[in-house]
Amino acid sequence: MDLGPNAVFVWAAYGTVAAVLAALLLWLHVDGNRQQRKLDRLDAEGVRRRSTRHSN
Amino acid sequence: MLMQSITQRLANPTRFMQLSGALLPLLWVLAGLLLVAGIYLAAAAPPDYQHGHTVKIMFVHVPSAWIAMLTYAVVAVSSFGLLVFRHPLADVSAKAAAPIGATFTLLALVTGSLWGKPGWGTYWVWDARLTSVLVLFFLYLGLIALRSSIEDESLAGKLTAVLALMGTIMLPIIKYSVEWWSTLHQPSTGFGSSVDPSLRWPLLVMVAALSTLFLAMHMKGMRNEVLRRRVKALMLTEVERASSPARRQPTE
Repeated sequence: MDLGPNAVFVWAAYGTVAAVLAALLLWLHVDGNRQQRKLDRLDAEGVRRRSTRHSN
Repeated sequence: MLMQSITQRLANPTRFMQLSGALLPLLWVLAGLLLVAGIYLAAAAPPDYQHGHTVKIMFVHVPSAWIAMLTYAVVAVSSFGLLVFRHPLADVSAKAAAPIGATFTLLALVTGSLWGKPGWGTYWVWDARLTSVLVLFFLYLGLIALRSSIEDESLAGKLTAVLALMGTIMLPIIKYSVEWWSTLHQPSTGFGSSVDPSLRWPLLVMVAALSTLFLAMHMKGMRNEVLRRRVKALMLTEVERASSPARRQPTE
């Protein structure tokens, strides 16, 4: 694709957007997995919310 | 009454987790499809008579700037919901939106600079639009820093909400800065404006794509925050149980 003499600015803009959004998505994914693992570990140890304990 | 009832029903974190769990995969797929279509249309768009091929930067710059402001509106409405209605998910929403808003504001600033250099001959000028968006970026950072500096989650939420509501003054300043002051920045790119259809359609699709991506990321961030609060509550319960004398010496 020929973007003319200012191609570097176009590629830099799209590259920055792609890299930053990918980093944000990765952070959201990793953070969600980390919280879910902690919750699963607590559940395995028998730590439950009071409402859950009463209903069981 | 009906509206209040709907809001109250959605305020339940468990119901939110069920609903968002079903909705989130659809949002990711929709955002992905729109992004592919938007990038294809942006690549195929003809050069502008003034900007040449650098007009393609508009397809990421304008949506980023729009989402930066949209996200701040979400933070402000959520903060209002927390302070006035004590909506259980309002604070979760405000907290989850702030880093996403800061990211899109940073992207608007960086892509704007990269568009400014070939167009204006400089990466940066201290004009009203650029400076007010930079202030918005610092405001987002301030919200994140204030919240993380206070250990009491409830107090942190309320103080951050107050700052967020005070910061809403930035939205009209950013929006009308190009009209109120003489700036180097061009007037706002209205979505139904005089932009030629060959450039307007890629722009509209990219706005839809990044807005859907924002919705998905915000929902994912809220889910993460609900999980974090559940973990914290369970750990506190465990600590209380472990330190209870009756539990330690059940035979006494």
